[in-house]
Amino acid sequence: MSKRDSKSGSISRRRLLATASAGAALAASPLGINLLHAQQPPIRIGMSMPQTGGLAGGGKPSLLGIEIWRDDVNAKGGLLGGRKIELVVYDDKSSASETPAIYSKLIDVDKVDLLFAPYATVPTAPIMPLVKQRGLLLIGNFSFQVNSKVGHDMWFNNAPWGPPDSWASSFLDIGQKAGGKSMALLAADQEFAQNLAKTAREVAAKRNLPVVFDQAYPPNTVEFSSIIRALKAAKPDIVYVASYPPDSAGILRAVNEIGVGDNVKLFGGGMVGLQFGTVMENLGSLLNGVVNYNSWLPEKSMYFDGTKDFFEKYTKRAIEAKVDPLGYYLAPFGYASGQLVEQAINATKSLDQKGLAKYLRENTHKTIVGPIAFSADGERKETAVLQAQFRGVVDKNIEQFRSSGKQVILFPENLKSGELVAPFEAARK
Amino acid sequence: MKRSNIAFWVGAAVFLVAIFVMTQVVGNQYPFFAGYVILQFIALAVAWSILGGYAGYVNFGTSAFFGVGVYTAVFLTKAFEAPLLVQIVTAAVIGALMGFALGLLTLRMQGIFFSIATIALTIIIETTVMNWRFVGGAAGIQIARPPATPPFDNYVQMLFFVQALLVVLAVAISRYIQNSWIGRGLQALKDDELAAECTGVPTLRLKLLACVISGALLCAIGAPSAMYLQFANPDSAFNLNYSVSTLAMSLIGGTSHWSGPIIGAILLGTTQQLLTVTISSEVNVLVLGIMLVLFVVGAPEGIIGLVRKLRGNRKEGGT
Amino acid sequence: MDLLLDAVVIGVLLGCFYGAVSIGLSVSFGLLDVPHVAHPAFLVLASYGVYIINEHYGIDPLVAGLLITPLFFVLGLVAYRLYYETFEKRGTDAGVRGIAFFFGVAFIIEVLIIMQFGVDQRSVTATYIGKSWRIADMRIPYRMLVAFAVAAALTIVLTLYLSRTFMGRAIRAVAQDQEALRLMGVNPIKVKQWAFGIATAVLGIAGALLIIVAPVEPTLDRAYIGRTFCVVVMAGLGSMSGTIVAAIILGVAESIVLTSFGASWAPAISFAMLLGVLAVRPQGLFGRRS
Repeated sequence: MSKRDSKSGSISRRRLLATASAGAALAASPLGINLLHAQQPPIRIGMSMPQTGGLAGGGKPSLLGIEIWRDDVNAKGGLLGGRKIELVVYDDKSSASETPAIYSKLIDVDKVDLLFAPYATVPTAPIMPLVKQRGLLLIGNFSFQVNSKVGHDMWFNNAPWGPPDSWASSFLDIGQKAGGKSMALLAADQEFAQNLAKTAREVAAKRNLPVVFDQAYPPNTVEFSSIIRALKAAKPDIVYVASYPPDSAGILRAVNEIGVGDNVKLFGGGMVGLQFGTVMENLGSLLNGVVNYNSWLPEKSMYFDGTKDFFEKYTKRAIEAKVDPLGYYLAPFGYASGQLVEQAINATKSLDQKGLAKYLRENTHKTIVGPIAFSADGERKETAVLQAQFRGVVDKNIEQFRSSGKQVILFPENLKSGELVAPFEAARK
Repeated sequence: MKRSNIAFWVGAAVFLVAIFVMTQVVGNQYPFFAGYVILQFIALAVAWSILGGYAGYVNFGTSAFFGVGVYTAVFLTKAFEAPLLVQIVTAAVIGALMGFALGLLTLRMQGIFFSIATIALTIIIETTVMNWRFVGGAAGIQIARPPATPPFDNYVQMLFFVQALLVVLAVAISRYIQNSWIGRGLQALKDDELAAECTGVPTLRLKLLACVISGALLCAIGAPSAMYLQFANPDSAFNLNYSVSTLAMSLIGGTSHWSGPIIGAILLGTTQQLLTVTISSEVNVLVLGIMLVLFVVGAPEGIIGLVRKLRGNRKEGGT
Repeated sequence: MDLLLDAVVIGVLLGCFYGAVSIGLSVSFGLLDVPHVAHPAFLVLASYGVYIINEHYGIDPLVAGLLITPLFFVLGLVAYRLYYETFEKRGTDAGVRGIAFFFGVAFIIEVLIIMQFGVDQRSVTATYIGKSWRIADMRIPYRMLVAFAVAAALTIVLTLYLSRTFMGRAIRAVAQDQEALRLMGVNPIKVKQWAFGIATAVLGIAGALLIIVAPVEPTLDRAYIGRTFCVVVMAGLGSMSGTIVAAIILGVAESIVLTSFGASWAPAISFAMLLGVLAVRPQGLFGRRS
């Protein structure tokens, strides 16, 4: 008993040191510059980030992306004539009930200069009214339609979503072009997936595309064989799946074992998890043929100013941070969040929230994930959600995903790197 | 007896006045946000102990009651824009009904079977809410606060005060039960249900009463949470964390006296709030785990038991 | 009709899987009355053990599961000793504190796994994962057949062990009358400790099954607390074959609901069944208590 105690004691102490030294390392690395501007107070950016619980797999790489931006800026000497960037980050345990207190602490006690939102919709939702009431700028982090009811005009989401229906539209476009005449919808009974399913139904109704199968499965479903069998029996042409990481793997396994039938032209769309390195490595060849959404991929069309540098740094740091070794999905957008405020601060030469928001709203911003422009609701003006098809993937090899051609981009047009291979069964070979 | 009564009510009044003054004077919002969460856990732990501590029926469905409270508030807000007070009272009524149903379960089940039944109940209710589209279903729902009622100029300050009132209410009820025939009956029932029944203790009536009171309070405490978060989804509202934390707080404080759950909730609740803004990582969960193991092993009767033991030892040494 | 038959077949196999991951609990909770809420946490820990062996040495997950059973046996011995010293020895009312204790243990295991492996999900490779067996119009995943075989083997071995060996009979006796055993000159605590060791050792194989059937992540245990207790209680405490039957009933119910219109209601169906059983027959379907 006492042995276990002392062990865990040392772990927590080590953790404590690690968090403390994260700040210290920042100050230590460019020591010379630091001394020069010793009087300048840092620019403090506050956020919560899911580091435990269901969203931690996304929160951790996202945070690493933001940290790399911080270190880059500080290595260049900071902003506003030498003010360093300092991050104040708390763990929200992937829970909505933690974030109000955390953001109140950030605003009222830590008195941070700027706010970033936590990764994902659920932890972000409760802080939207808070920042609106206080009139504060908030940079969103991959939440979905969280501002549509609140209508905060100082909200800017880093995610590539764009208009809410564009996601389903682009997927169904590809399917209909390939000759799809009917759709099946399989969605997790959870927040994000249900929102996707809703827009998919609306788009299908608008286009008179019959929905021949529409099923919501509960969280923690273990075995998908029977559900896939039922889906197969409905003989759909297009299968739109909105799922979460544990289920995405289960669904693809069942599809591989049971099959979905020769009718299916297009399969995938909104499967969360197929963007994460370890999940992709585990699934290997099961991925082939699936057309799924993504935010960034190592195709030629996706490299912008600084993208390559970023991933070199990320790949090195991901190992010791024990996070997603690829980090395509969230990390570069964390970096881009930083770039957004960096450009706004440089242009307005101040930290005035209203001024920064005005600048962000009115201009197009250069980032490592491409140019970003916002519409009035703070989402992207145009969708940059990729739809890409997995091809020629082999088992148990994570490095293969670093080369181009493994995930061929079918949408949007300007980033396209190949054509759809259909039907689904043919693309799997 | 009478003097302790006066002392209690004076203490409660001082507490409420202090809370009220705080809402009028303190400008910084953080104490209210963090304080609300701590008060909420104090109230939950006290309410839980009425059934779990006095009667010894371990209810694992704290999150079911809490979640139903949250969704009662969400429903009333969405359907009628009902004021906070109506939300809380309605939640209490529904909670009482749920408690009654739970009480009927005790007819057939005891011990761990009862606990497992409460887990089953939680999952059934959560699944129902997930499939109830009007309150957002699995996707969750954002709700807007109305303006705060004077003399409060901020809604969170008002919620903070309301939760303090609920704490006082829960503690007063818990304390009354402990010192009355109900408490003695429950104690007898906890020690040996069969023997209690044989000696004429109305066990069923007592169990139903404890379930109804505990359930009504748990639900009422959950209701303001909807307005605190201005968002609800089944995952957060029915989170296992409420059940485990409430149980842990009561045990750590000690369930043999009404003040035990308060002490446990203040200790654990404050620690959790502090950890969130200091170490802030998976170590948070580790600390909860270690505290649970340590206290359950090292202080079987909780802090209350520990204090009593120390006092007892000193007395023995003195004489 | 075809679909229904399919759902039933898959449901039976799924049920066997639930049975295999619950059968250890059927010993520790069912026979020994230990409120082992950390059972699923131990299960996930075993999965990670299997994952390491499979990842580094390429050993088949089931073999890896067998390899770690001695380790888990010892773990079980230690865990029971700890539990006995702190609760049973001190007398009654272990119930709620026992639950809290095991919750604490479960949290500690979760965090240790996160610190070691991170939060990403893990899975194993084996020839039978990702392929299926075709009979008539039906296709059955091999991994589910593995679950079936393992569940059957575990049930048979445990049933035989409990009825044919001296130690096995002693374990069943200790569940019924501890004092009688003491009078016979057997130390009931030793017997219970041994039984808990076996209950935990079984988790080595069950953990292998868990990661064969689907990928695992550190907090997966929370999803299995309800399920495993549901199976064991529904079966009636301590019946090995009853555990499998109860698990199959659950699996079939879940599978049929998933195939039909209201898939999202599946969890409610299983637990409503449990409540029904508890209300009508508190001793469970095949309970030892009358």
